[in-house]
Amino acid sequence: MIRTVVRDSVRDALRDTPRAVAYLLSGVLVGAPLLVVLLVLGTAGLALAPLLVGLPLLAVAVLSGIPVGALERRRLDLTRALTRTPPPPDPHITPAEPGLAAWARLRLTERATWRELAYTLLLGFVLWPLDALVLFGALGMPGALIGAPAQLATTSSTGGDTRIAKLWLIDSYGQALLCTALGVVLLLALLWPLVRYARVRAALARLLLAPSEAETERRLGEVTRSRARLVAAFEAERRRIERDLHDGAQQRLVSLSMTLGLARLDAPPELAELLAAAHREADQVLLELRELIHGIHPQVLADYGLPDALADAADRSAVPVEVAVDLPRFAEPVESAAYFAVREALANIGRHSGAERARIDGRYTDGRLRVEVRDDGTGGADPARGTGLTGLADRLAVLDGTLSVHSPAGGPTVLSLEIPCPQR
Amino acid sequence: MPAALKIVLAEDSVLLREGLVGVLTRFGHEVVAAVGDAEALTAAVRSYAPDLVVTDVRMPPGLTDEGLRAALELRAADPALPVLVLSQYVQRAYAAELLDTGDGTGVGYLLKDRIGQVEQFAEAVERVAAGGTVVDPEVVRQLLRRRRDPLAALTPREREVLALVAEGKSNGAVARELVVTEAAVGKHIGNILGKLDLPPAGDTHRRVLAVLAFLRA
Repeated sequence: MIRTVVRDSVRDALRDTPRAVAYLLSGVLVGAPLLVVLLVLGTAGLALAPLLVGLPLLAVAVLSGIPVGALERRRLDLTRALTRTPPPPDPHITPAEPGLAAWARLRLTERATWRELAYTLLLGFVLWPLDALVLFGALGMPGALIGAPAQLATTSSTGGDTRIAKLWLIDSYGQALLCTALGVVLLLALLWPLVRYARVRAALARLLLAPSEAETERRLGEVTRSRARLVAAFEAERRRIERDLHDGAQQRLVSLSMTLGLARLDAPPELAELLAAAHREADQVLLELRELIHGIHPQVLADYGLPDALADAADRSAVPVEVAVDLPRFAEPVESAAYFAVREALANIGRHSGAERARIDGRYTDGRLRVEVRDDGTGGADPARGTGLTGLADRLAVLDGTLSVHSPAGGPTVLSLEIPCPQR
Repeated sequence: MPAALKIVLAEDSVLLREGLVGVLTRFGHEVVAAVGDAEALTAAVRSYAPDLVVTDVRMPPGLTDEGLRAALELRAADPALPVLVLSQYVQRAYAAELLDTGDGTGVGYLLKDRIGQVEQFAEAVERVAAGGTVVDPEVVRQLLRRRRDPLAALTPREREVLALVAEGKSNGAVARELVVTEAAVGKHIGNILGKLDLPPAGDTHRRVLAVLAFLRA
């Protein structure tokens, strides 16, 4: 039992040693130049502060924690196997507005920035010398002992004796080999503390460089918000396209149709025939364009809200639809998500359900908008099959809403959506 | 040709405004003011006292339904002012709101697409100015698809008749369209009014009420 534990820990120590050494050694390589940079920035900044030029230098010194933090988080990747945890994520949030000033303002107000600065100062002034000391202690001392025969061999010409690690004077190969044996034992004994130290060292870095719980939560909120922003941007783009078609192409076509109409009045018969054909063509294009624009974003939704827009969708449905909707106005994304979900449902009913009637119910209770579309069709609708409903479910999810389809074989199919939202 | 009408026109697209002026002038009417936003429309109606207002729904500054709002206000101030609203899309809500003003006479709601059929458009203009009610056939068509109470009680023929009435046609015009006698049309209308539960009153008024019931169904 005890033998197994010892064997396992020795094996672990041997396996983890290269990583621990790599981590500590790279810490020294980062820390030593960092100390120089910090001293230069700090002294120059403080000295020049009265002349104001020093202030940006101090600001750079304060913000220097950010790149160091990023580098150190990457370096923690080396300890992944050591600490059995992945490197921590970036604790900073993405600035909402572009520009260096906005970025700096945000960073200076973040706790993570100051924790990173603390870590940077610690690394520059304390940690890397400590890392170096530990490395030297754990590898340098045994290394010197192990190398004793070689050292003795190179110095034999000068008198046949040498001091190992400036401590012991040896003058024979017997003593040297003893030193080597001692060194090997010492090395094996020190590997375990070396690995332990590297672990503690990594844990300290993680403590200061990983996002706190509150920051993680805020980042999740940030992700949700940025998704909502994305949806809002798509929505705005939709509106812009609708408006462009409306104010541009549609107006010109109406004007064209008008001109053709006037021309027909006075045209000789043989020309009137051609004009009539052109006129029919123009009117057909107008009709198609009107339907296209309506599909992009129905104006009635913006002007009158959901009840009228849903009644309008019902009017256009191939299957007769009864509408029982009593709703206030909501924010634009809510109305638009609900509207398009219902329209998709009605389109599906028209295409697949074989229903003869459908019904839309909508109500707003306890701060939740609930809309239900029900048909008397054959059922068996599978929301996983169509991409239309999945997309709508995603869109509702951004608003914390849900979409569910209940469609047993034989019917009826009920699609219901629910969005928590304040009324406008 | 009917008497020349004094018309105030509101349309924000210069292209369409010029075109509309051209069409209206071609049919012998006088466009006394052609304006580009709702505020100017209200001002123009005040200073010119026109026989008819023709307005677009979507107008500056908000580019939503300012034109319609202005028309509704004008009708509220003077229920006898004939108003023809042009819309780029079919909207039952718009038509219903418009018909709710005054007693529903002297109003029209047409798709802009209809302007191209210049003769029919001119006819609609004159009908509204004369106190008639004109609802775009597209709105009527959509409503017919709904098959809901109280219209469920109507026979297909009666619905056809009501649809034509909603478009603003006289009994004679309906009779010609359906190739029946005027007396038959009168009988259908009587049945429709009965089924829609509209008690006898002035005939035109009941016709408008029937159209309204149709729109709100």
